[in-house]
Amino acid sequence: MAGGLNDLFSRFGGRRGETPGETGAPAASSVPDLAYPTKALPKFLGNMAAKPTPALLDLGPVVGANVSFFGEELGCRIRVEDVFGDIERHAASGTLDALPEYFRTRFKSEPGTVDGILCWDVFDYLERAAAASLAAALARLLVAEGSLLGFFSTASDAGRAQYTKYVVVDQGNLRYRTYPGTRVRQRSLQNRDIIKLFESLRVSDSFLMKTNMREIIFRKPAYLAGL
Amino acid sequence: MWKRDESAKPATTPAPAPAPAATPAHTPAVPSGGDYRPQNARDTVNIGKSVFIKGELSGSEDLTIEGNVEGRIELKENTLTIGPNGKIRAEVFAKQVIVLGEVTGNVTATEKVDIRDNGSVDGDVTSPRVAIAEGAHFRGAIDMQRSGQSATAAVSKPVVKESPVAAPVAAAHKAGA
Repeated sequence: MAGGLNDLFSRFGGRRGETPGETGAPAASSVPDLAYPTKALPKFLGNMAAKPTPALLDLGPVVGANVSFFGEELGCRIRVEDVFGDIERHAASGTLDALPEYFRTRFKSEPGTVDGILCWDVFDYLERAAAASLAAALARLLVAEGSLLGFFSTASDAGRAQYTKYVVVDQGNLRYRTYPGTRVRQRSLQNRDIIKLFESLRVSDSFLMKTNMREIIFRKPAYLAGL
Repeated sequence: MWKRDESAKPATTPAPAPAPAATPAHTPAVPSGGDYRPQNARDTVNIGKSVFIKGELSGSEDLTIEGNVEGRIELKENTLTIGPNGKIRAEVFAKQVIVLGEVTGNVTATEKVDIRDNGSVDGDVTSPRVAIAEGAHFRGAIDMQRSGQSATAAVSKPVVKESPVAAPVAAAHKAGA
């Protein structure tokens, strides 16, 4: 009974000082260096660990701690392609309309050669057409049974022009580190929109976190490997 | 009484005492400053800002590059430091690579690659340990070996590039600094 009540209270209030992410709103911007729990990352790592020397594609800006973490944890080959940097460049130069075409040829890797993709929250910053183009390009890169991890905000960011670096603290925790940019988050995507975006992939795990972040892992079914 | 004397004595006695103590303390500082070398500079070579090297650079001493190098750098058993002014357009093979300047080309280290604040690497990095500082710039792929595995089969795959380098322990130094 007591345990049940505690559980109930922790759902609403969270315990301050322990896991700040559970207090509701993503206070990442005001208190940038807090650790927030993640449920999808351990699953993603589990998928990757099943492969002997996985190839990982990270769409975020380079984070040294992440490189060390994934390298040491998975012994993988990591390629960092800063798509946030691309968005920022296009936003600054007023050429966001060119993004869909740009993403079509953005990635030089051969199709079906990447075991895992870390998208972080990149899709939150894209218009529908650009998001669809990027999603299609990424799906092509994945090997059969490859995994794609995406974060999708379910709350509006009140027009803050900033991006977030997701720094891996450990398997179950991420540190959100914001940095200024010129692009704001677009309207948050509904679950069905996200699923539609990755038509050729299947949702393997989905978690709605108390940080208002939806963490989704997609996998590429074997029968679609040739697509 | 005696204690007072003693406390007073050191004030007077140190006068002769520090003299011998001061000289050894000075001697290492002066020559190293005069010789333009860091503390443990015995096995470290510097390539200065104004030096431009095109071709293959190999050796068996630690090397710090502040100038420009184009081609290939091989320090199989040693540390290569690319200083803040260093600009490298080369394939790099070393035991440890520390980047404070700019590198364009693939970097392979048998021990560690350390890209420091304001350092920049445009190329693929192969090393069991890679550290990238917050303000560093990196563009490329990183190949690290699983920490549990020793330097055998799985590891040898990414390090294959290095095998032609493995044989000669070239002491020949083409660095002109």
